[in-house]
Formats: sequence, C-alpha cells, structure tokens
Amino acid sequence: MSHPTGARINSDLLRPLFQTSWRFFLLVAIFGGIVGLGLVTWMAQVYRGYGVTGIRWPVYWGFYITSFVFWIGISHAGTLISAILRLVNAGWRRPVTRCAEVITVFALMIGALFPIIHLGRPWLAFWLFPYPSERLIWPNFRSPLVWDFFAINTYLVGSVLFLLLPIIPDFAVVRDKSTGLRRKIYGALALGWRGTPKQWHRLETAIQIMAVAIIPVAVSVHTVVSFDFSMAPVPMWNTTIFGPYFVAGAIFSGIAGLLIAMAVLRKFLHLEDYLHPVHFENLGKLLLVMALLWGYFVFNERLVTYYGNEPAEMAVFWRTQQESFAPLYWTMVIGNFVLPLILMGIRRFRTITGCVIASIGVIVGMWLERFLIIVPSLGHKYLPYSFGIYRPTPTEIIIAGATFAAMTLLYVLFAKFVPIISIWELKAGEHPSPTLVPPATEEQLGELHL
Amino acid sequence: MPRWGMAADLDRCTGCGACVVACHAENNISTVGAEQAAVGRAKHWLRVERYWEGDFPDVRLKFRPVMCQQCDNAPCEPVCPTYASHHTDEGLNAQVYNRCIGTRYCANACPYNVRFFDFFNPSWEKPLQLQLNPDVSLREVGVMEKCTFCVQRIKGVQIQARAEDREVGDGEIQPACVQSCGARALVFGDLEDPESLVSRLSRSPRGSKLLEDLGTQPKVNYLSRQSQV
Repeated sequence: MSHPTGARINSDLLRPLFQTSWRFFLLVAIFGGIVGLGLVTWMAQVYRGYGVTGIRWPVYWGFYITSFVFWIGISHAGTLISAILRLVNAGWRRPVTRCAEVITVFALMIGALFPIIHLGRPWLAFWLFPYPSERLIWPNFRSPLVWDFFAINTYLVGSVLFLLLPIIPDFAVVRDKSTGLRRKIYGALALGWRGTPKQWHRLETAIQIMAVAIIPVAVSVHTVVSFDFSMAPVPMWNTTIFGPYFVAGAIFSGIAGLLIAMAVLRKFLHLEDYLHPVHFENLGKLLLVMALLWGYFVFNERLVTYYGNEPAEMAVFWRTQQESFAPLYWTMVIGNFVLPLILMGIRRFRTITGCVIASIGVIVGMWLERFLIIVPSLGHKYLPYSFGIYRPTPTEIIIAGATFAAMTLLYVLFAKFVPIISIWELKAGEHPSPTLVPPATEEQLGELHL
Repeated sequence: MPRWGMAADLDRCTGCGACVVACHAENNISTVGAEQAAVGRAKHWLRVERYWEGDFPDVRLKFRPVMCQQCDNAPCEPVCPTYASHHTDEGLNAQVYNRCIGTRYCANACPYNVRFFDFFNPSWEKPLQLQLNPDVSLREVGVMEKCTFCVQRIKGVQIQARAEDREVGDGEIQPACVQSCGARALVFGDLEDPESLVSRLSRSPRGSKLLEDLGTQPKVNYLSRQSQV
C-alpha cells in the first residue's frame, strides 16, 4: 500500500473526469432508466388518483413518509463525518469528507421529494412557502410540516455550501488541466480561484464557519422530522425520546450509507491507494458506537412504554413485539444492533467486507425502523372499530425503490464531473503548511477571527 | 356566539344506519364501490360502530354513532400546514377543501379516525348523481373531508333567522343525521344556551365523551346505555 503524492494524486483523482469508459454510460443508462420508471409511475399516480397507492383509512402515511424519514436520515452522513472530523482536525478524514458531503446533498434532495410525492394535491405544494399572496394567507406556523419545510431548506442550503466551498480549489485544478469548453465551465465554477494566500485564508475560514454552523442545523432537522410524529396524539408517537432517537438513528444510517458508498467508489474508481482499510475501520468504530446508542434508545423507548402500561400504547407495543409486525421488528433489531455489534465489535471482522455487510444490515434495519414507527401506530389508534391495515402497492414500491437508483445515478454523475476525493485537502495532508491547516493563532486568524 | 354540540342517546340508537345514508345524501359524499370499500376507502363521515360484549349466548350488541366530535382542543387543527383544518368562531372544526393539499396529517392526528381522504375524483352510480345537494361543494381527488355538523344547514337557518329579524330557535337546526334518526337518538343544538335540549342532555349523569382523557374536549355527548335488552 502506497501513499501517493503530488502529480499522482492529480492523475489518479482526475482520471474519471477525463476518461470515460463504456461502463459509465451503461451505469447511467441503467440507473437513469430506473429513475425514469419511477418518474413515470409518479406521473401515473398523479394522473389516475392517489388511490393507486396502498394508503387507506386509517393508515394515511406509509412507504412515502417512511422513505422521507429514511433519506433525510441518510443525509446526516455528511454532517457528522465532515463537520465534526474537520473541527477536531482528524487527519484521516481527508479522503472521506467529500464522499460524505455529497451523500448529504443528494439524500436531502431525494428525501425532500417525498413530502411532495405523498401529497394528495402535489401541484399545490407551493402553499407551504410563506409567500405574500393576494389572499394574505400564510402557512400555519404551528404545524410541524411547516417547520419541516424550513428545517430541510435551511439544511439543504447549508449543506450545498458546505459541499461547494471545499470544491472550489479542485474546480481550479480541473480548469487548469483542461481546454476549450470544459475550461470555460470549470473556470466559471472555480470563481476566479488563483490560490493566493488571502483566498486560502478566506476559504479555510468559510469552511470552519460552515462546519460549526451545519452541526446544529443537522441536529435540528431530524428533531423536526421526529416532531412530525411526536406532536400527534397517536399511541407510541407522543414521546419525548423521539428527537434524540431520530437524530442518533439518522447519523447511524448516514454512516452506513457512507461506508457502502466508499466501498463502491474504492472498487469502481480504483481508489485503493486513497481509501485505506483504516478509513473503513475508523468509520466502523463510529458505526459500532451508533449501534450501541441506537440500541440504548430503543431499549429506553420500549421499557418505558411497557412500564407505563397505557392500553392503547401497549396494543401497538405488542403488535410490533410479538404479533403481525414482529418479523419486521426482529429483522430490524438484528440488522441495526446484533449484526453491527458482532461485525464491528470483533476486530477480525472489522474489514471492508465486514463494514459493508454491517452497513447493509443497518440500512435495511433503519428503513424498517421508520416503517415500524409509522404504520403499526396508525393502524391501531384508540377505537377498535377503526383499526386497519396497510399494504403497499407496486406504485409505492417502484417509487421508493427508484430513489435508490436516483441516489446512485446522482453519485455516478457527480463522480464523473467532480473529483470525488478532495485533491487539495489530500495534498495539504501530505505537506501541512500554516495556511492550509485550520488557523490556530490570533495572527493567522486575522480579521475573520471566529 | 353559539357553540354547536350534539348528544347521542345510546339507549335510543337502534343501529339502523339511517343517519349514515342521510349523511351521504346531504353532504355529497361519493360512494367508492364495493372493491375500494373493501380496501378501506369508504368515506362515512358518520359511522355506526358495533361492539359485541360478553360470551355466547349472553351476547349484547352495542351501537355507537361516531362522527367528527368537533373538539374544542382538536389535534387535527394545529398540524395542518395550510389552515385547511381550522377552528371557526362557532366552535366547529372546519375543513376548507380548496385549501387542503392532502398531507393527511390531520387524519393521523385525529384519535377518532373521522377524517376521510379522497383517493379518486368523486363519482356516483347512476342515478345517484341526480340527488346531489347544491349547497355542498364536491371534493376533488387528494383532499381530506369530514363531518361538518351540516354547516350548510346551520348557515341556512341563521341567514333565514336574520332575514326575519329573530333568534334561531332550539331544534330549528337539524343536521341530516339528526333529522333522519327515527328513534330520535341524536340531538343537535347550542351548548351555550343552558336551556337547549342538547345542553340539558349533556348535563345528564349518563353522559360521557369519547376518549375524553386525551384532552380533546369533544362536543358530542354520549348518554350511556342502560337498558338490558
């Protein structure tokens, strides 16, 4: 295993941008096709009526809201890895940060689609905007859905900035190495980057500011998502634990998503020299911590409900624990807790393969977790006469499945046009210089002192 | 300002379902067909819940007509992002169909499950389309709908009374379910007026409210069943 430097970093990491193999087109065609199928399915849903989904009285939320929470959860990969690791200046973060930040942006875009897909009248979604209309009607600021709207948009803007800022020097590298139209496009994207000390200083400061700012935003986003549930008087929903439980679950699934993405990138873009087993091992340890935290939250939630012994809650409790939803529930426990605990807890299994297997378990488990929060409770509210079931239809399955293809497609396209590993940060790691590491002293901080 | 409420005497309710039919007819509630109804898409703003008690052969059948309870502290209202679900001055939980974007959050928050979603555009089996009520708007696909206490009838009587320069009398306003109830199990009226029949019934020691402990402050009073038959 070698640690590449200088020109080799450039050539290795810019190769996907300048060389296009037939496999790229094949991937784009396959995943683009699946995304197209999802789009057509959604248009068919709008055209034929919402009844083509499996939603029915009284389970009015199903696959779409599950997927919404799931994808917003995945989006927490970028924040934790990137922002926290930047702030503590962990050296091993350098090849990982951009993979993570990209996941944040794309998963948020996909997640934010679901509230619109799930609307009965999606063409009126703009009523959530607080725009001055001639009727002077504003959105209802008491509604957690409106909080969602603001939280997700804030997070999206923040994470796009957080992604784009560290790309600027890399855009400049691509600009300098290309000609013609490509040079013009990347030149515009590089925003006149010349690499002067002043520019470096401003960039570092901006990244620091964003890294600090994005963490509370990320925490607030998934707390607000959890408010969608905990603000309603529905059995097993109305609980104070949901905020931190959702945030922990989000970071958990985000790390799993990041591990899978890194393994795939390593394999397909031949980044073995950049993404080392140690990166997987470190992230695997984080996954282990989050698995324990998740287990702690579930244990809390379940035990408190059990001792509270409120009849409506206990009915839902037993539904998931022992009755019709038990197979899904125990699959979730195995995927989210048992599997990561064994694979990440025992050093021998904490390999790249082990990380990927554990991550797949977590992804499946976290998706099921959201499903098990939503559906059993809604189908089993207070009056026995109005108990009900939910069964997804192909429409929902196709649309929910197509978003996974959308994520892959966006990732493939991004890796095609932007170096997926931060070139300048990697080089800075090789030759740390005062201007390239986060400033530590008053003089270096200058007027933009944090 | 009146505060509209209802009392349902479970001793009188025979479970005949006339109220359900009358509600459908009055409020232009579209029928969805047997197949969709079996899936769980039937829209009964008012339903008669049936509960069996005891073991065979000592089985008792209980009926409970359940409509929107018009809660004073309604969980459906704060969660709506567009104010489609809101509280009127007269204490009704109004639903503005044209303002609804179909998040269905209100229906999830409602502990009584009395809110219904339009999964398709409305249609009626012939010749039912000929009996549509011109006073009630049709709901297009993707909106929530629910019991309004027949707000069109309330408004109609109020306008008539104002034109005749008089107060609305007790019992003058009759929602479709109340009007059609052969056993007179349902009584509608103003809870602010202590002398109205609904107020007097609501003070009955037999009275209780559905899921009262959730703090929703419903305005429908159920008079518990006492007969042994």
